[in-house]
Amino acid sequence: MTLFEALDFALAAIVLGLAARTISARRVFGAVVAYVAYGLLLAIIWVRLYAPDVALTEAAIGSGVTGVLLISASTRLGPLAAPDAPPGAALKAGAAALSALVAGILATAVLYLPDPAPSLAPEADAHLAETGLGNAVTAVLIAYRSFDTMLEKVVLVLAVAGVWSVAPDRFWGGAPAPLGPAAPDTALVFLARILAPIGAVIGVQMFWVGADEPGGAFQGGAILAAMWMIVMMARLTEPPRISSGWLRLALIAGPGVFLLAGLAGPVMAGSFFAFPPGFAKPVILFIEAFMVLSIAVSLPLLVAGPPNREAGR
Amino acid sequence: MSVVLDLFTVLAVGLGVFFFLAGTVALLRFPDSLSRLHGLTKADNLGLGLVVLGLIPRASSPLAALKLIVLWALVQLGSATVAQMIGSALRRREEIE
Repeated sequence: MTLFEALDFALAAIVLGLAARTISARRVFGAVVAYVAYGLLLAIIWVRLYAPDVALTEAAIGSGVTGVLLISASTRLGPLAAPDAPPGAALKAGAAALSALVAGILATAVLYLPDPAPSLAPEADAHLAETGLGNAVTAVLIAYRSFDTMLEKVVLVLAVAGVWSVAPDRFWGGAPAPLGPAAPDTALVFLARILAPIGAVIGVQMFWVGADEPGGAFQGGAILAAMWMIVMMARLTEPPRISSGWLRLALIAGPGVFLLAGLAGPVMAGSFFAFPPGFAKPVILFIEAFMVLSIAVSLPLLVAGPPNREAGR
Repeated sequence: MSVVLDLFTVLAVGLGVFFFLAGTVALLRFPDSLSRLHGLTKADNLGLGLVVLGLIPRASSPLAALKLIVLWALVQLGSATVAQMIGSALRRREEIE
């Protein structure tokens, strides 16, 4: 067994252990901590699979943003009351059987994959030059399957609308609750002051290099979102009123610009969601810039939750 | 020259790994939270610092070396802040008890 194989086995074992820990943890906070560690180690596994783009997304979204979402949700829920009656043996057995069935089907599907596995990677590489991009992952996301990516951004906007929609009528248009206590830790305020400008530069850079190297709109947007969140947690700024025009415009800018570019396709390039040949890269970066904006705005709004103050304030 | 650089890398990274090991042992074995925090921040600070120092001669360009140093500085910022916040949370809890 080579050193790297040993590392892979160790990683897989720890990830499985953390997954078990996430499920079996008694308290929500412990479960979230295990889940965040699980996500970070999963990111390392993606690096080992030579998928740095996925690794960045897993670390930023799967571990970072989801971790914050889960922790803020558990804080908002408070300590969970124990159920009146523990689940019966039949329910437990049923849940176990269903889980085993799903895991079994997935395992069978993976084990019976044809060898070599079907792949479109050579095709994606062959046409990379036409997009003007150097990163095949970005080409797949924004050029080859651009319609799907546009719809994914619509889903993000719908998620924010879903969170807002649970607000009581009298708070509609108001602002969500502040993300931190009234007197935040001074160390956190210091961190927010120092880190936010640096993080903003790194986020934009990650989007910009995403055209040719690992990175992209989602990863860059997630970092910008994290910076906005940390500044709100340090109470250097407050969550905006959900009725504010700039906020809603920023939310829909990504899918909106994407859709407009797609609709311009038949005129400019002869087909829906086609980009003009020779001019594809500028169009792609233009779309991505607005997607970064929408992602950076929507993720913190998901964490901030529904408005809970009157719109007048 | 390259042998000297290789030796430097092996030494610095090896020493860094030692500090990570020491920090992990501290996390597992030290009796109270503040001491554990002390051990952990040493791993972040010296351990990662030495690993980065050892990798600098291997960086493909001066910019890549600079990125490594920025990485270390950012981890410093994060770990120092977290240590402060956990420390003050511990103190608050002691005041309550």
